[in-house]
Amino acid sequence: MSDTNAQSVRYVRDTILPQQPPPASAVGFIGWARANLFSSWFNSVLTVISLAFIFYVLSGVIPWVFQSVWNANSLSECREVMVATWGDTHGHACWGVIKERWLQLLFGFYPPELYWRPIVALGLLLVALAPVLYAEKVPSKLLIVTALYPFVMPWLLWGGTIWAPLMVMAGFGLGYMAYTILSTKIGSLGAIIAGVLVPIVWWLFLSGAVASALASVLPLALQSVESRQFGGFMLSTLIGVVAIGCSLPIGIFLALGRRSDLLILRALCVGFIEFIRGVPLITLLFVASTLLNIFMPPGTNFDIILRVIIMVTLFAAAYMAEVIRGGLAALPKGQYEGADSLGLNYWQSQRLIIMPQALKISIPGIVSTFIGVFKDTTLVSIIGLLDPLGLSNAIRADAAWNGIYWELFAYIAVLFFIVCFGMSRYSMSLEKRLRTDHR
Amino acid sequence: MSELSIDREVDRSQMQVSNEIAITIDKMNKWYGTFHVLRDIDLTVYRGERIVIAGPSGSGKSTLIRRINALEEHQKGKITVDGTVLSSDLKNIDKIRSEVGMCFQHFNLFPHLTILENCTLAPIWVRKIPKKEAVETAMHFLEKVKIPDQANKYPGQLSGGQQQRVAIARSLCMRPRIMLFDEPTSALDPEMIKEVLDTMVELAEEGMTMLCVTHEMGFARQVANRVIFMDQGQIVEQNEPEEFFNNPQNERTKLFLSQILGH
Repeated sequence: MSDTNAQSVRYVRDTILPQQPPPASAVGFIGWARANLFSSWFNSVLTVISLAFIFYVLSGVIPWVFQSVWNANSLSECREVMVATWGDTHGHACWGVIKERWLQLLFGFYPPELYWRPIVALGLLLVALAPVLYAEKVPSKLLIVTALYPFVMPWLLWGGTIWAPLMVMAGFGLGYMAYTILSTKIGSLGAIIAGVLVPIVWWLFLSGAVASALASVLPLALQSVESRQFGGFMLSTLIGVVAIGCSLPIGIFLALGRRSDLLILRALCVGFIEFIRGVPLITLLFVASTLLNIFMPPGTNFDIILRVIIMVTLFAAAYMAEVIRGGLAALPKGQYEGADSLGLNYWQSQRLIIMPQALKISIPGIVSTFIGVFKDTTLVSIIGLLDPLGLSNAIRADAAWNGIYWELFAYIAVLFFIVCFGMSRYSMSLEKRLRTDHR
Repeated sequence: MSELSIDREVDRSQMQVSNEIAITIDKMNKWYGTFHVLRDIDLTVYRGERIVIAGPSGSGKSTLIRRINALEEHQKGKITVDGTVLSSDLKNIDKIRSEVGMCFQHFNLFPHLTILENCTLAPIWVRKIPKKEAVETAMHFLEKVKIPDQANKYPGQLSGGQQQRVAIARSLCMRPRIMLFDEPTSALDPEMIKEVLDTMVELAEEGMTMLCVTHEMGFARQVANRVIFMDQGQIVEQNEPEEFFNNPQNERTKLFLSQILGH
């Protein structure tokens, strides 16, 4: 007796089978539907129920959107038209309110003859973002627009003399000059301190006088617009863009600080992150709108929008720090050691090796935080700023539109959805573009 | 562990040990918490030496060579690398790291950079070499490790053996005077071990000072001029390879060799 079957032992393949197409039932629409919709009786039942539900929802929504009234100046007029056309007022949208107020929902009480300024600011924003978002397709010379944008945008929106933003820019220039001149003479730490102190002294004590002197010689100015005239989607975008743009770098430094070996630095970062994350945003916004004035020296006029932007930015930065810390923790220790073993110093290895990978890992979390921040800007309506939701209340306070909800909310929702969905899609395409490990 | 990984004659003509000292380690002690990892390590490495460090896992052999590149710290004793005392002074550490190349078990290539960028990064940023020159150097060493055609791929697209050879080339681009290898073939398939060992043999044939933690006893026998056996954080035995393998003295060494060589 042998311990194996004689038929099963010897086998030598002499021809290699060619590739064959898959059976017809596995490809095309039928194959897809069988695999995804009707793979078992339970899935088939779920498919039918889902289709019925989708039909039910759409059969309500589509007539509401399309069998609607566009030409009306008040809700009651809308209802009269509905009764005249369809016999009842139920299930028909009254888009008249959007037709009348859509510009107000976009710009708040910004003077209509100056609408071109926020529009130009938005256009420049897209130009400034292009070299950052599509670095490999857009010439890097456009980065100069990106660098100038933080100074141009406030000037466009608030107006006033052109010398104010130029003085702010000059402060940065002076700080940089102080740093480069002193770094060779008194060492890098002293140069960094001087590079911070010089612009602060400049902004606090000198720039005002210089600006007014220059303005008296060459009075270039835009008509100024007050912060309380800001509103609508423009306000949301303004707060959202600044908070998003500033929270990422602040978050990176907070995350690095939290992982640092320096005890005091780490304690400060942990304390900041945990405090901010432990407090509701609304509370911080109330602090911004009321309490901050108590601590300010009397007579200082600290712009309410600026205060809100700072609070939202700090709030977003704390969350951002934790998202980025997750990315840092996901990197294998070998990456740090590889960078160290080549002699790269701390900042070089962070910038060239660690951050590019950690940020890539964190993209979904970072963009989630961005989207969250952008939507949280609607909370400013609670402290009396007229973001789209705040405006919708104001519109309802008008006797003509008293009682109209759905149409306003639908319009606001569509605006937010376009921006948030855009961010989401961009993040997915970015992830795909940066995927270098397994392709 | 095979003894057959290198199947060619090793050219020993350039392998010459000079009297110049490359590394001195004097009574070095290291603790992880209360665990005494390295105990009274004394070692002098001369320029041109090829030292293989063997030993069971946990014997402290990786920790020892990682210390030479300042990836670990020690608590007692003194280490001098290339005339620079290894302390917690960052300046000295950066200087030593740029003189000493290191290859890891898991390669530690940078996955977000191409092979070429991996090789040019440190020369450009640490040595401040112009990009064009750095690229030329990188291509030279990539040719040397026989993968110039992969220069524009990413590490994830290469096999393990190719990745380890890139890692060697990446270290060489910094023109190191000493190379450290921390189990360079332990994560590789048998077929790939050979190509990496071949690269290391070529490096030895050019007279590079090398410290290798490895289980490749064939490499130790043919290339090393000294084999060091470590156990429990101490150097237990060191000798020339011939003597080390044929006539081990310490009981622990005998046991280890009988296990690793099989028969």
